[in-house]
Amino acid sequence: MNPVIGHYALILALFVAALQAALPLAGLSKNNEKLFAFAAPMARIQSALIIFSFLILTYAFYANDFSVYYVAVTSNSHLPLIFRLAAVWGGHEGSMLFWVTILAVWTLAVTFFAKELPLRFRSSLLAVMGLLTVGFLMFILFTSNPFDRIFPAPFDGRDLNPLLQDPGMVFHPPLLYMGYVGFSVAFAFAIAALLDGRLDVTWARWTRPWTTAAWVFLTLGIALGSRWAYYELGWGGWWFWDAVENASFMPWLIGTALIHSLAVTEKRDAFKAWTVLLSICAFSLSLLGTFLVRSGVLTSVHAFATDPSRGLFILLFLVVVIGGALTLFALRAQSVGLGEKFDLVSRESFLLSNNLVLFTATASVLLGTLYPLLIDAMGMGKISVGPPYFDTVFVAIMVPGIFLMGIGPIASWKKASVPDLASKLKWALGISIISALLVPSVMGRLSPMIFVGLLMAFWVISSVLVAIKTRLKAIPGNDVVKKFKMFGPAFNGMLLAHFGLAIFIIGVTMVKGYEQEYDITMHSGETTVINGYDFTFKGTLPVTGPNYKSKQGQFYVTKDGKEIDLLTPEKRYYPVQGAVMTEASISINPVRDIYISLGEELEEGGWSIRIYFKPFVQWIWLGCLLMGLGGLLTMVDKRYRLKKKVTNNESAAT
Amino acid sequence: MKLKLILPLLLFVVLVGFLGKGLFLNPREVPSPLIGKPAPTFEAPVLGDSSKTFYTEEMKGKVWLLNMWASWCVACREEHPLLVEMRKHDIPLYGLAYKDVETNALAVLESMGDPYITTANDADGTIGIDYGVYGVPETYVIDKKGIIRYKQIGPITPEALRDTILPLLKELAV
Repeated sequence: MNPVIGHYALILALFVAALQAALPLAGLSKNNEKLFAFAAPMARIQSALIIFSFLILTYAFYANDFSVYYVAVTSNSHLPLIFRLAAVWGGHEGSMLFWVTILAVWTLAVTFFAKELPLRFRSSLLAVMGLLTVGFLMFILFTSNPFDRIFPAPFDGRDLNPLLQDPGMVFHPPLLYMGYVGFSVAFAFAIAALLDGRLDVTWARWTRPWTTAAWVFLTLGIALGSRWAYYELGWGGWWFWDAVENASFMPWLIGTALIHSLAVTEKRDAFKAWTVLLSICAFSLSLLGTFLVRSGVLTSVHAFATDPSRGLFILLFLVVVIGGALTLFALRAQSVGLGEKFDLVSRESFLLSNNLVLFTATASVLLGTLYPLLIDAMGMGKISVGPPYFDTVFVAIMVPGIFLMGIGPIASWKKASVPDLASKLKWALGISIISALLVPSVMGRLSPMIFVGLLMAFWVISSVLVAIKTRLKAIPGNDVVKKFKMFGPAFNGMLLAHFGLAIFIIGVTMVKGYEQEYDITMHSGETTVINGYDFTFKGTLPVTGPNYKSKQGQFYVTKDGKEIDLLTPEKRYYPVQGAVMTEASISINPVRDIYISLGEELEEGGWSIRIYFKPFVQWIWLGCLLMGLGGLLTMVDKRYRLKKKVTNNESAAT
Repeated sequence: MKLKLILPLLLFVVLVGFLGKGLFLNPREVPSPLIGKPAPTFEAPVLGDSSKTFYTEEMKGKVWLLNMWASWCVACREEHPLLVEMRKHDIPLYGLAYKDVETNALAVLESMGDPYITTANDADGTIGIDYGVYGVPETYVIDKKGIIRYKQIGPITPEALRDTILPLLKELAV
């Protein structure tokens, strides 16, 4: 298959996408209904062309077609097939094509699942998505063509960066991109609402599952990336507040705010302008993330993907898309309206505070991420902002938000009573405080941060239980399973996601509070006792992988004579890139990880070895998984699939 | 139109200004705090002949270049041919073998040519630390008073040599 076909398909897609954007918009300005009918077919053709082009590139990787420059620099014939396929998004050009392919997938989905929206609104929504596609296709075709050829073709490729040769590479980028790009639907929805000058409750209902879907993908994508960093980078960290991580975290925070704000817009017809603004912000931050990662304006551990020369184009794109959207917002937001009024103490209020907290948290992350750039741009020198800033500021902002999170689901809409809330929650608070003191006394150390972390986690868990109890009481009968079904998936999903956050907080607090790190030197045959575990080093074995050679350490871990695990950390050498990689080995268990990585080989068979004990670290990702599952659960709620006006089954879920 | 509705747009405009400026900055370029300051003085054994000692004090009154390198450093080998070329044009180049095994370092000079008038041996890397080295190669231009006037991080490129180092040497020689 000739790669040139892929290039042509992209060019063709550019023109079709331009029509997808131009025709409905012309229809909108001329009030010509006939033009709306073009939106969906054009969107489908354009999406099919892009997906086809992506498959052509994938085939070039499959077939080791090194005449394609991009294949030659990111792949190698010895690379295992699964990594060759993942290498499609292993470099700049391919990941941009992948980005636009995901946009095509979302566009395609919108053309099939937007029947309940009025034609006019649906068409302007697709027109906005068409504009985004045009921008990205131009970026790819003018600055980052993945189908560029080299002649003569090299005999073999330069190989994928060994850091990326991991199952994480197969799943992490697709999930993350699905999340990033998924916010384009909410964005297009907001722009369409602004163009139309109104925001219907039914439209808000329509956009909720889309936004939640994007959020679920982003949640899982970030969690997977964090877990990947944990075992791959070899020093056991799981979050570094790195610019690129922040770039994915900011849309997540705003997306979380958006999910909650949309709930209010749908249920109470309130927060309308705010919802529109958040929809714009979520996708804008996704684009900003792309800019930061692709342009190289910030240094980062993800530095394998930077290129300043393309930055200008993306910046221009940002100006057009975000600047355009915000201008439209400034002009039209008033016509969308602010919505219904509510009391100071009401679920609306709690959700509004939640939104403000998440918004402030995002702003603080953005500030920390861009601060080095701001200082440098003003000629005030070079600085770097690290975990101390983020840990302190972020936690301080989030704590009140998490406290409110316990109250929100219990408070009633419009007007809630303070004494009622207090009587429902006083036990929850008491139990949380006691538990937060009890756990550290078992672990043997208490610090303010540990106490606050555990208090928040237990507070969320106990308030989730109170919310369930309150609901159970409200429905007569004894069949608990049936009652849960009556709550509706949206309510249950919300509680599951909140519970997941609590699990996450427990993981973070325990790791931060109680992790231990040992740097030791061991020779073959030696046994060392650390933390009650015996580590016996049986030397290293030579291992040959498909595209690397490795020395694999053999560590027998026993406790009280009982065998726990055989840990095999590796030092790998990848000859094509001349890179040495450290592969950690981890003994996983629900309450602690034992993490070993090999340092340097010393004389006479000795090795410097690093051993970490990480209590409850798996809870971090378990919590994220639960949040994602909670999101999924809310999406299956029946009311999102009701075609026409049906009486709102008052499940009153968020 | 309410002011608070324009606010997001205004904030974005400011952000774009900074991002645009940021595009033309190099985040990896960190200026050395030592520029304009006296070069740290040291004495070190001469590579290949440890009976002799290299003193920075002896360099007073001369303009000279101190190139920090190592046999284990790939980028240094990339730079090496240019250094040999510089030496042919009588540029006063002195070397500092940073954290290197003496025989390995000598083998490189043997096979690729010796561009240095003298090479000091900094086997334990303490001199490098005084100079704040965070990666070899690095090259310092030091003036007659012993003040560091320029620092090249990474290999000397032909452009850096032509546009920066040679004009500076000309200026300092006066």
